Amino acid sequence: MYFDSFADFIAMGGHAKYVWIAYGLAVLIFVINLISPIFKRKRVIAQQVRQLRREEIHASDS
Amino acid sequence: MWRWFHKLGSPKWFYAISGRWLPWVAVASILLLVVGTVWALLFAPADYQQGNSYRIIYIHVPAAFLAQSVYVMMAVAGAIGLIWKMKLADVMAKCCAPIGASFTFLALVTGAVWGKPTWGAWWVWDARLTSMLVLLFLYLGVVALQSAFTDRNQAARASALLSLVGLVNIPIIKYSVEWWNTLHQPASLTLTEKPAMPADMWVPLLIMVAGFYCFFTVVLLMRARVELLDRERRTGWVKDIIKAK
Repeated sequence: MYFDSFADFIAMGGHAKYVWIAYGLAVLIFVINLISPIFKRKRVIAQQVRQLRREEIHASDS
Repeated sequence: MWRWFHKLGSPKWFYAISGRWLPWVAVASILLLVVGTVWALLFAPADYQQGNSYRIIYIHVPAAFLAQSVYVMMAVAGAIGLIWKMKLADVMAKCCAPIGASFTFLALVTGAVWGKPTWGAWWVWDARLTSMLVLLFLYLGVVALQSAFTDRNQAARASALLSLVGLVNIPIIKYSVEWWNTLHQPASLTLTEKPAMPADMWVPLLIMVAGFYCFFTVVLLMRARVELLDRERRTGWVKDIIKAK
């Protein structure tokens, strides 16, 4: 292990601000990339389930 | 070979096979990213000049690698879509754009955050930085074009053309640090030479690069699968999937 203590690790030799901004931003970009297809998938499936139901009702009417 | 090419072009087949690959790539990417990050932050030694701020390299370099390779992939997929009218290639090209844009943004911002303690400035109009900014605008242009047309084929054609034209920027980014006098340091990792850093520094970097590529594969497949469900909604296989919900 490179650092002597946890406080030392957080301080990053005086560069804490820069290092943690960079890593925090990376986490944010990763999360956005993961979440957006998950939400879009839910939206697309919900839309198609509705569509399919409408078609089934139509089919039983006629 | 041609059989395989045709199969790969089939949305139904791709949807099934990507569903089987996805968990494995996801596990690989989690493992690589966790090992890489812990090694990068806790075990890699500090740089003798830059101290601990250099640890940003473990985000910055993989993000920049990805930004450029995703662009090339998007342009190649776009070209395949243009020439052979392959649906799946259009889907891939479309899905690459927002992911590539996000990693270009990450490379630029982590570069700025690293530049401040190292160069004393968040931003300089240097060849490498400027060409990366152009890359971000190219990505954003493709994203905008993709949503500007109601007709999918037109959107795919226009975006493929833009990404092919923008391909000239890729060698400019790569050689910018050699052609012009720049503040940006030359490549840290090359295929031909031994890195100028100790193994304790470059091994985690390599692991992070691999982790970023795996992560890209995961999110690209996720996006492509949703896009296929949307585009192929009229086909029987998609209806079967929806009925099972």
